[in-house]
Amino acid sequence: MKTLSLALRSLANRRTTALLTLCAIAVSVALLLGVQKLRTAARDGFANTVSGVDLIVGARSGQINLLLYSVFRVGDATANVSWDTYQKVARRSDVAWTIPLSLGDSHRGYRVLGTNLDYFRHYRFAGGRELTFEAGKPFADLYDAVLGAEVARALGYKLGDPVVIAHGLGNVSFAQHEDKPFRIVGILARTGTPVDRTVHVSLEAITAIHVDWQSGMRALPGGRVDAEAARAMDLTPDSITAFMVGMQNRVMTFGLQRAVNEYRQEALLAIMPGVALTQLWNLVGIADTALMIVAAFVVLAGLLGMLTAILTSLNERRREMAILRSVGARPRHVFTLLVTEAGLLAVGGVAAGVALCYGLIYAAKPLLERRFGLFLEPGGLTGYDIGLLAAIVAAALVMGALPAWRAYRNTLADGLTPRV
Amino acid sequence: MTDATTPAAATDTPAIEIKDLEFAWPGKPPILDIPALSIARGERVFLRGPSGSGKSTLLGLVGGVLVPQRGAVRLLGTDLATLGPGERDRLRGEQVGFVFQMFNLIPYLGLLENVLLPAQFSPARAARVPGGDLEAEGRRLLTALGLGSPEFLARPVTELSIGQQQRVAAARALFGRPPVLVADEPTSALDHDTREGFLKLLMDECRAQGSTLLFVSHDTSLGPLFDRVLSLAELNRVAAPAAAAA
Repeated sequence: MKTLSLALRSLANRRTTALLTLCAIAVSVALLLGVQKLRTAARDGFANTVSGVDLIVGARSGQINLLLYSVFRVGDATANVSWDTYQKVARRSDVAWTIPLSLGDSHRGYRVLGTNLDYFRHYRFAGGRELTFEAGKPFADLYDAVLGAEVARALGYKLGDPVVIAHGLGNVSFAQHEDKPFRIVGILARTGTPVDRTVHVSLEAITAIHVDWQSGMRALPGGRVDAEAARAMDLTPDSITAFMVGMQNRVMTFGLQRAVNEYRQEALLAIMPGVALTQLWNLVGIADTALMIVAAFVVLAGLLGMLTAILTSLNERRREMAILRSVGARPRHVFTLLVTEAGLLAVGGVAAGVALCYGLIYAAKPLLERRFGLFLEPGGLTGYDIGLLAAIVAAALVMGALPAWRAYRNTLADGLTPRV
Repeated sequence: MTDATTPAAATDTPAIEIKDLEFAWPGKPPILDIPALSIARGERVFLRGPSGSGKSTLLGLVGGVLVPQRGAVRLLGTDLATLGPGERDRLRGEQVGFVFQMFNLIPYLGLLENVLLPAQFSPARAARVPGGDLEAEGRRLLTALGLGSPEFLARPVTELSIGQQQRVAAARALFGRPPVLVADEPTSALDHDTREGFLKLLMDECRAQGSTLLFVSHDTSLGPLFDRVLSLAELNRVAAPAAAAA
């Protein structure tokens, strides 16, 4: 206790240096912890994108490619899946439900997804959470649209507003389906997944807006079909982009996957989202490991700053050490005193760093959610976090041993009368 | 070791006894060669020596932070060479109070905390405080040395004058009634008037506590105030003082 209070008083005496050192450690710790929290959030967000889906089936390409366009709405499909094949799979006895996905159009940079009501019934994210409506209800009429939370927020849409879908992808499109405007009937609650950035319409609507299009161009005025006339037509699509499958029994997943992959009439690919997500994360995860390494080096720099501060103070404190010795302190007391000072700086720095990190997370939370759809749930400190922080303190103590050892040697050499 | 280091039981031994002592700093010629020196308990001795004559080295040997190459230093009957470094540290903390030339105080501790510092490292010194009230004893000593007013106690030690700092140092050296008090040029930073006053206070308290006082200084004018005056130059057989020793 006496060493602790002496160390505290001594640090208070050099409070400017001590505070600066503490700040350096705090900032570096906040960075490290922030990166750690961020990558946990990113990984969880990633893994949470889709859940409860046993297989995703699309045209044969790559596992990651299929996952990217069907779930993350990134990139394009190389080919489609025919409606007949989809129906064949959907009607199998081991299949519980399917969600058809038809992509290819967009609205002001947000992807438009054609699907059916099973989407709202069966789609799950974040470990089994269902899609819920912030406002309104699923689409019922042909020209109804349901917006993801982010689309509605960013574009300022409310229920009842009209939406015109653009042909193709991209932020600016000159080919608009302006003849068949949609009406917003539902806005989904925020999910933190790509669903938030999606405009949902029915499969039939996708067919309807394309009935008079050919090769990416709208037909000449004579061949055009207006919105009302389209209602009377058979709007069953010829093909869809991909579909998701839920099995009656999970064990049967492999059987269906093999059957789909070996299907002779059409080149198809069935992937298990969990496996594909892990593969994709292994690719993306390298970046966050790199970030973590950088953060670790920043912490090291912070600790080196502390080391420098303590080492520089040693010479002017030789007299102080001699006084302590004259009243009966042993060299090991001097050693302990200096290690304690390093420990106090580290513990103080870590505590301030944790506070800073949480403060920043709470401050940046709305922005991260809005801009990046990244749900940063600060939560408590995990065991890993605590281990990380303990390692920092341990490193500080080890580093503190260096000046402590110098002081110890000085003390032995100086005796009661340092040569300063 | 507690039994061996409680010389209070054997009060017939000298407070400080040196026999055939020889000391040299590593790689240097011997700086001290003292055949014999004995200071009785309760005696107040003035040890005269110019700077560089090995005074501080001698005090380091008496305080047990230095170990002679040859010969023995006995502190209150205990041969320091028979003790390990830790035991010497404890013996010093328990039995010896030190006052140095200047910078005696820990700058980040208060007046009273500086005085009470020995109690932190030496339970024996705390135990010798009458009544066991450490703060009261600290205040008593500071009051005896003219620094007892609350106005002083509240002040950071760095704002005290050098004379006042030396008095705080003296109070700390006297705290816990150590049998031996070693003062190394404690008055050399003081002006003439302050010097006399400081010395008188120190002597009075030593007398009151029955402490042995070894006072080292180059200022021979103070000699007559002491029981005995010794000259290091006469004790030390090393003729030419090595300039390296401070």
